[in-house]
Amino acid sequence: MSLTDFAFAPIPPQAEALRDEVRRFLEREMANIPALVRADSWLGYDADFSRRLGEAGLVGITLPKRFGGREGGAFARYVVSEELLAAGAPVSAHWIADRQSAPLLMHYGTPAQQERYIPGIARGETFFCIGMSEPNSGSDLASIGSRATPAPDGKGWVLNGRKIWTTNGHRSHYMIALVRTAGREDDRHGGMSQFVIDLKAPGVTVRPIQDLTGHEHFNEVFFDDVKLDQDSLVGVEGNGWNQVMAELAFERSGPERFLSSMTLLHTLIDEIGTQPDALQSFHIGRIAARLMALRAMSLSVTAELDAGGDPAWAASCVKDIGTALEQELPEIGQLLDTAEPRVNSGSDHAQVLAYLTQLAPSFSLRGGTREILRGILARGLGAR
Amino acid sequence: MRELFEETIERVLSDLVTPELIAEAERGAWPDLLWQAIIDTGLGPAAAPEALGGVGGSWHDSFALIRAAGRHAAPLPLAETIAVNWLLGLAGLDAAQGAASLGTGTGTLSNGHYSGSVADVPWGGSVDDVLVVASGSAPELVLLPRANAQVSQAWNVAREPRDLLIFSDAAPVARAPLPAGSSSEIIAQTGAMIRAAQIAGGLARLLHVATDYANQRVQFGRPIGKFQAIQHQLALLAEQTALASAAAEMAFALSAAGPAPFAIAGAKSVASEAAGQGAAIAHAVLGAIGFTYEHSLHFTTRRLWSWRAEFGSQTYWAQSLGQAMCGAGGTGFWPALTGAMAIDAQETT
Repeated sequence: MSLTDFAFAPIPPQAEALRDEVRRFLEREMANIPALVRADSWLGYDADFSRRLGEAGLVGITLPKRFGGREGGAFARYVVSEELLAAGAPVSAHWIADRQSAPLLMHYGTPAQQERYIPGIARGETFFCIGMSEPNSGSDLASIGSRATPAPDGKGWVLNGRKIWTTNGHRSHYMIALVRTAGREDDRHGGMSQFVIDLKAPGVTVRPIQDLTGHEHFNEVFFDDVKLDQDSLVGVEGNGWNQVMAELAFERSGPERFLSSMTLLHTLIDEIGTQPDALQSFHIGRIAARLMALRAMSLSVTAELDAGGDPAWAASCVKDIGTALEQELPEIGQLLDTAEPRVNSGSDHAQVLAYLTQLAPSFSLRGGTREILRGILARGLGAR
Repeated sequence: MRELFEETIERVLSDLVTPELIAEAERGAWPDLLWQAIIDTGLGPAAAPEALGGVGGSWHDSFALIRAAGRHAAPLPLAETIAVNWLLGLAGLDAAQGAASLGTGTGTLSNGHYSGSVADVPWGGSVDDVLVVASGSAPELVLLPRANAQVSQAWNVAREPRDLLIFSDAAPVARAPLPAGSSSEIIAQTGAMIRAAQIAGGLARLLHVATDYANQRVQFGRPIGKFQAIQHQLALLAEQTALASAAAEMAFALSAAGPAPFAIAGAKSVASEAAGQGAAIAHAVLGAIGFTYEHSLHFTTRRLWSWRAEFGSQTYWAQSLGQAMCGAGGTGFWPALTGAMAIDAQETT
């Protein structure tokens, strides 16, 4: 099979059956959430919503029942995720913990770490963020300089350094950070480790950074002699790079890489009405067609991840195409000339168009830039 | 079944479909040796039921065959014959004996005989039979003997025959009501599906050729594949290939019981756009040598420029999908999309 074959992977009926349950929950819980809030998609933070989702058994779908999970498969999780995203549910509070931190801890964590963190994640009450980028290490993640050194008393570690662009750093309980434990900054992939950091610990300072929309989603996080106990190391010391790379396929292939602008598509279709002209029907149809193809690709990657494969190439492919589509939607809204974008005024559609026009540049930056992904794709093809 | 299909067709096509053979076909020669070899594999009725003279493979299985036909630029109506036999099987009719094709026309039946013109029929002048829908209050699938048609020749950009057939009072080889649940668009939908799969195959060929070339061609002291500008072009070509392949396979998989309208509209729309973008990238990477007749690149790119327009362009299918999606409204959009992609429980067991 060649790299570009994304074998058709239908959602199994038992996972598909979950869809109605999620839609009923959303009908109930989303009724009063305005379009502009829905437009935030998985950046929308609402701790109460996350808790109620947890109560309904819709967080931690793949987690063990002994920790409050549902022991559903990857496709069950997929169905829940895409329904939440399509509805523009404010899922940001628990999203990273559910998508990335819990699977990481289930795979590499100690039993004690699992006992400590997983039940809260499954309840939709414990929130995580991810510490990767640093001021001088963006796309070149291997050049990070934050460092944990063995504590003088021999118990645990002492962390110094800082992370930046940390989504929800200011309203999460924990960060899982990639930092150096050995080697120098030019030691490309060795000597890095992952730690769970309590963001209330002494020496941690979180400074929100306002983005161009005026919102505060991301942060700079400073670590000044932060004491980490022995049990905060996740997985194997020195294996951090490999652990992080394994996470990326989950991070890059999911429906959040092509559904971020769904609220705009919905308001746009309503604005157009049921009698589209030729240009309108073409563009709405073209987007629908691409969404179907992307969803098929994303499901194919899900099947491969579930079977224990390593579809890193395919995940990068989904993300690059998907974020391009998300970014195209505000352009199409503009092209179809449906409304002038408006802030703090105007129709739902005008406000959603204004908001997503501003937010869109971030879609191909977060989680690995377009240029980095295309490099990965070319390398995989054998261009050298 | 799919692996067996793929191995068999790959063996035959990679042995026999040479640039010389394609060039001869362009000059009007019917590749008889190749057709005989394909007939010998028994894959013409690959997706027709065994009871009706077929092999009993699924329509989804035949996706791999048709994509391979596209990858090799096989210059004969292999995809069309497989598609016609699948449709005949759906309608409960026996598989066609020889080469078959299909076309959209507006002809009608009168006293059981078909009259009307059918335009743009792939290899219309060379095949034994042509499948059409006879319009009317109860549209029917009608298999017509080409021998009864007046043929007016035409060619697409790849110089593949796309003939006009005019029937007058022709006695069908076989006829039956449309398969349950299908519309009189069934020919266009099936044609769009096979073209989407062929485009996916053609793009896979371009990706292979362009990547090889980028690794071998040295300029400024190194293979051009070392330049980021070329690498990113290859990445985009890979993305278009993946999109077309995933969309086309989905259309086949969801059409087990008959053409799945949304999936097909989506697949042909995505594949047609990918065809144009992919061909442009491959030509950019290969430079002047790729623009010569001597280099075989054009056998694929000229097919992509043809196939994207056939059985409905990107515009045609995107607009049809867009009409339906706007009809569903903002809140109906997502349920319509997921519903169109769901396989019901029975089919997966």
